[in-house]
Amino acid sequence: MEHPSLKYIRGKKLPHMFCPGCGCGQIMNALLFAIDELKLDTSKMVAIGGVGCSSRIPAYLDMYAIHGIHGRNLAYATGVKLAKPELKVVVLTGDGDCGAIGGNHLIHAARRNLDVTVIMANNGVYAMTGGQVAPTTATGLYTTTTPRGNVERPFDICKLVETAGGTYIARWTTAQPAALIRSVKKGLAHRGFSFIEVVCQCPTIYGRYSLGLLDPVKNMEYLQQNSVTKEEALKRSAEELVGKIVIGEFVEKQLPALEDLYLEMEKAVSGGVK
Amino acid sequence: MLGNHAIVEGAIAAGCRFYAGYPITPANEISEWMAQRMPEVGGRFIQMEDELGSIYSVCGASLAGKKSMTATASAGYNYMQEGIEYAVAAEIPLVIVDVMRQRGENFPTHSDVMQARYGAAGDHEMIVLTPSSVQELFDLTVQAFNLAERFRNPVIVLSEATISLMREGIRIPPPEELKIITRKKPVAPPEEFMPFRAEEDLVPRMSEFGDQYRVLYTHNPHDEWGRIAWTPKMYEDLYNRVTRKIADKADEIALFDAQFTEDAEIVVMAYGSEARGSIEAVRMARDEGIKAGILKLMNIWPVPVKAMKESTRRAKKVLVPEMNTGRYCHVVSEFVGCDVDVVPLPKNQGRIHSPEEILEEIRRAK
Repeated sequence: MEHPSLKYIRGKKLPHMFCPGCGCGQIMNALLFAIDELKLDTSKMVAIGGVGCSSRIPAYLDMYAIHGIHGRNLAYATGVKLAKPELKVVVLTGDGDCGAIGGNHLIHAARRNLDVTVIMANNGVYAMTGGQVAPTTATGLYTTTTPRGNVERPFDICKLVETAGGTYIARWTTAQPAALIRSVKKGLAHRGFSFIEVVCQCPTIYGRYSLGLLDPVKNMEYLQQNSVTKEEALKRSAEELVGKIVIGEFVEKQLPALEDLYLEMEKAVSGGVK
Repeated sequence: MLGNHAIVEGAIAAGCRFYAGYPITPANEISEWMAQRMPEVGGRFIQMEDELGSIYSVCGASLAGKKSMTATASAGYNYMQEGIEYAVAAEIPLVIVDVMRQRGENFPTHSDVMQARYGAAGDHEMIVLTPSSVQELFDLTVQAFNLAERFRNPVIVLSEATISLMREGIRIPPPEELKIITRKKPVAPPEEFMPFRAEEDLVPRMSEFGDQYRVLYTHNPHDEWGRIAWTPKMYEDLYNRVTRKIADKADEIALFDAQFTEDAEIVVMAYGSEARGSIEAVRMARDEGIKAGILKLMNIWPVPVKAMKESTRRAKKVLVPEMNTGRYCHVVSEFVGCDVDVVPLPKNQGRIHSPEEILEEIRRAK
């Protein structure tokens, strides 16, 4: 029997380039399960990635795809959505791709409530380039560019997106696959800017060098044991939450998307003339 | 009409229906007029968060099937280079207007003539058009879209503060007079369509998001199916094709106006605003009995080699007036320098040469 997700893979060709034990495969699978359950027409979808491990996911999907330049995924998406608002756009990105180099595009796409679904893999490190410190790396940890430990504080990108104006925001880890699929489904069905952070394991780089955990299973256990629900987090102090991953749905609200507001204005001006 | 508005009208006439920009002087009137005009013609306008946002949203909109454009000035054009690299590699048609300015506000210059060609990383060719009047801003913007769509490549309209902020009377031709080119659409069924298999003109047919072809676009080396692959031969073939599709057609792309060059012993080669005073100077020289001619270049890249060689057949000297420290004169030297003396005429004061100044140089060259 064929794997249910295989029909969504470009040319049904595997294997992919992800390392054994990498979380990117799980994220791709969660997306494909969500697409399947929602019965979305993939011929009307565009997947967009920038540069990094997770940004390679679009290249494997059997739909229109942009394997783009580092950090620019939401800029491409803005053009695609304004040009053809009827398309469904999903952005696959990483914590470096959209939390650092593409941060400005992230902020403004969220502010505009652009109708896209962003799935951000957060593995805490620049893995594709060999393990440099990321804006999400925990304080004190070793990376190749923090050989004496990271002196900076990690970035809570869900909070950034909330402040900027995202209208559906959730965070899970790869150790909560059912909740993750549920959120991706919600994100894809949501009209407006949906943002799902997936904290995921990187046994090859982050696990091995920063956490001292080479075994993928130990990495998964680490994610599971350090996950704290947002309800539980409310009861704990800031100190108690250092190094913890707060999971759950943080924002869910309906506001008009950029494309809808623009088309309304355009219709008033031109009477719908093309 | 204001020069920057003529660009907008030219773009709309050519079929532009998506525009993204970021504020910068002296290109602001392009964004402002686009914001007004795009919804009127069923097009989309957005002011992005920076120039990177502009260039990539233009890439996205063009892939979704809209003729798309952005405009900026030198400092903003710097930022766009990585997007140009992407558009070249993924073969995305788009138009970029660079209203050149010199390290500050509104100081007229020809400072970007080399960056316009060589700014982006990676093997590439660029088509760069150099208007010298408000009428040419309109005409060459139409041409820019036609060339972008024909070759699936970014095309640069290299304007200047001087031309863009000037008002001149222009004639906007009725739509039936304009020749408009639109990208070739696929004809093969989805399972047989190879999105990067070029035809005889070395340009592949182009689908658009939302149709049935499900193409992957990448700047990584890719095969004719669009699949990312790294083999030395494929890499070389891909970039040979992407550059040759333009380089081989340099003389066909060439846009120029040669006057009095048949018997000219002294030829002035000028582009952009410098062409204006140069024509006047050549006429004055002819009145004095000097065999002077002018080659006005309306595109500087790819280099119109044939036009350069033909217009200098009887020449002893070529004068190249420029509003910079002398850049394009080296390109002219490269192609005609063996047969004729190339004399750079740089003037880097934010002002073009007056006809009298060029006439004086023509007399000296005699």
